Amino acid sequence: MCDLRELYQEVIFDHNRNPHNFGKLQNPDRTVRGDNPLCGDQLTLYLHVDADGAIRDIAFDGHGCAISVASASIMTDLVKGASAAEALLWFDKFHALVTGGGDGGGEGMDKLAVLGGVRQYPMRVKCATLPWHTLQAALRGDGATVSTE
Amino acid sequence: MKTATATAIKPPADFAVEKIRADFPALHQKVHGRPLVYLDNAASAQKPQAVIDAISDYYRRDHANVHRGVHTLSQRATDAYEGAREKVRAWINAAGSCECIYVSGATEGINLVAQAYARPRLKSGDEVVVTVSEHHSNIVPWQMVCEQTGAVLRAIPVQDSGELDLGAAAELIGKRTRIVAFGHISNALGTVNPMAELTAMARAAGAVTVVDGAQAMPHLRVDVRALDCDFYTFSGHKMYGPTGSGILYGKESLLDSMAPYRGGGEMIKSVSFEGTVYHDLPHKFEAGTPFIAGAVGLGATVDYLGGIGMEQVAAHESAVLDYALARAADTPGLTVIGNPRHRAAILSFTMDGVHPHDIGTVLDHEGVAVRTGHHCAQPLMERFGIAATARASFGMYNTRAEVDALFAAIGKVREMF
Repeated sequence: MCDLRELYQEVIFDHNRNPHNFGKLQNPDRTVRGDNPLCGDQLTLYLHVDADGAIRDIAFDGHGCAISVASASIMTDLVKGASAAEALLWFDKFHALVTGGGDGGGEGMDKLAVLGGVRQYPMRVKCATLPWHTLQAALRGDGATVSTE
Repeated sequence: MKTATATAIKPPADFAVEKIRADFPALHQKVHGRPLVYLDNAASAQKPQAVIDAISDYYRRDHANVHRGVHTLSQRATDAYEGAREKVRAWINAAGSCECIYVSGATEGINLVAQAYARPRLKSGDEVVVTVSEHHSNIVPWQMVCEQTGAVLRAIPVQDSGELDLGAAAELIGKRTRIVAFGHISNALGTVNPMAELTAMARAAGAVTVVDGAQAMPHLRVDVRALDCDFYTFSGHKMYGPTGSGILYGKESLLDSMAPYRGGGEMIKSVSFEGTVYHDLPHKFEAGTPFIAGAVGLGATVDYLGGIGMEQVAAHESAVLDYALARAADTPGLTVIGNPRHRAAILSFTMDGVHPHDIGTVLDHEGVAVRTGHHCAQPLMERFGIAATARASFGMYNTRAEVDALFAAIGKVREMF
């Protein structure tokens, strides 16, 4: 059971029970839905984006497992106020962290490191990255719905 | 839900489950240091040694292409391939082996009927009726053929119990209905659908019945003539046979009236650029070199099941399911989805405050394999207002002790969340 605690750290339970930035934004500039067709998880990101591309405000709603909800909660905390370029760079680092390709070092990565246990669970990587794939689509203007598949 | 107390439920005394377990090599392993408790049988069942041996022996000794060579191995392969077809025919009591088409599974069986039977016949405004509880494989092929023909797809609703609303079915199935397609047993909830009522409604409307039997074959002895359905299809892998094997049964007159599904070798009598003469049933629908080893394995599966007896299997599984339902009723915060009067060995549940995906990961750590998600039945999930469930599905080799292991693992989920 001890290694399962590496996946389900207490911080993840906290975010799952009381997710940050959960809900809708008034008049969002961008709204993108992310689907994980494997498990039916869905989340929608709402963004206020400045003219220079910075994320002024962000919120999410939907339903998902503890990993995807915690990931969305942590991500929205982290990227609020960040530029699009910063946010996309974090996604690269986060992706490396959860797929085993990176050590999780760098600014902001301490908050994301709690999800590092996912790398032991290939079936759950998409749970952790669903919010990030959705954010990437929102920042790139890829369309209204993205899928992890 | 059945209300029998957990201790009062006993499996049939003469069912030697330990002997059956010994036939399945995959069951005897540890996962995360715990004995494997395999409760994902509705997704795919494990294989008995007899089936593994049949496939292995075929490749080691008898393999060649079928229906071609005059040499000995080709004859052996052909005998094995056609012999397996005859075994399946007898098992499902089809009138002739020409009515048993080898397919890759129930999905291909349904697509074959949709494209080769329905597509040339459906006209704009015709109706195809399915049920809300269908697996996506019995929805999407019909959506596709409706798009191609202008026919309309309609769905029989499901009640809170998980049973079909037969009153609504009687209104939906009418003079515009050409096809009624439904699962024998719901993969997500385990509901055993009322076959006689549905086929009678379809027949009265002059519609053809297409039954997805993928979940029924591992639990029941199916007699296609007693059911009097027009088409019945199933996958080998859910009934302890090989993946990629399966059968589409169809009444000979219907199959005969259909044009081929795919063109190629094996399905012709003669080919010229002036015109090709198609082969007779069942070869007309079996273009290309078939999955011979899969057919051989399916034949061995039927032999294996015949040696045990499906009545025995059903009685044992029913006792295991009743015990699991009783344990579930005693578990606070756990909700079993649906309580149909007739349920096969499938238990779909949710837990307050825990997503099914998280349940699945914790259970796996306890060695317990269940399926989590929407079970390829999203319209049914939507009907119950849920995105996903955890599903424990039992096979002939599962035991009460394994149900106890499941509920001990569920206790661990509750501790963590």
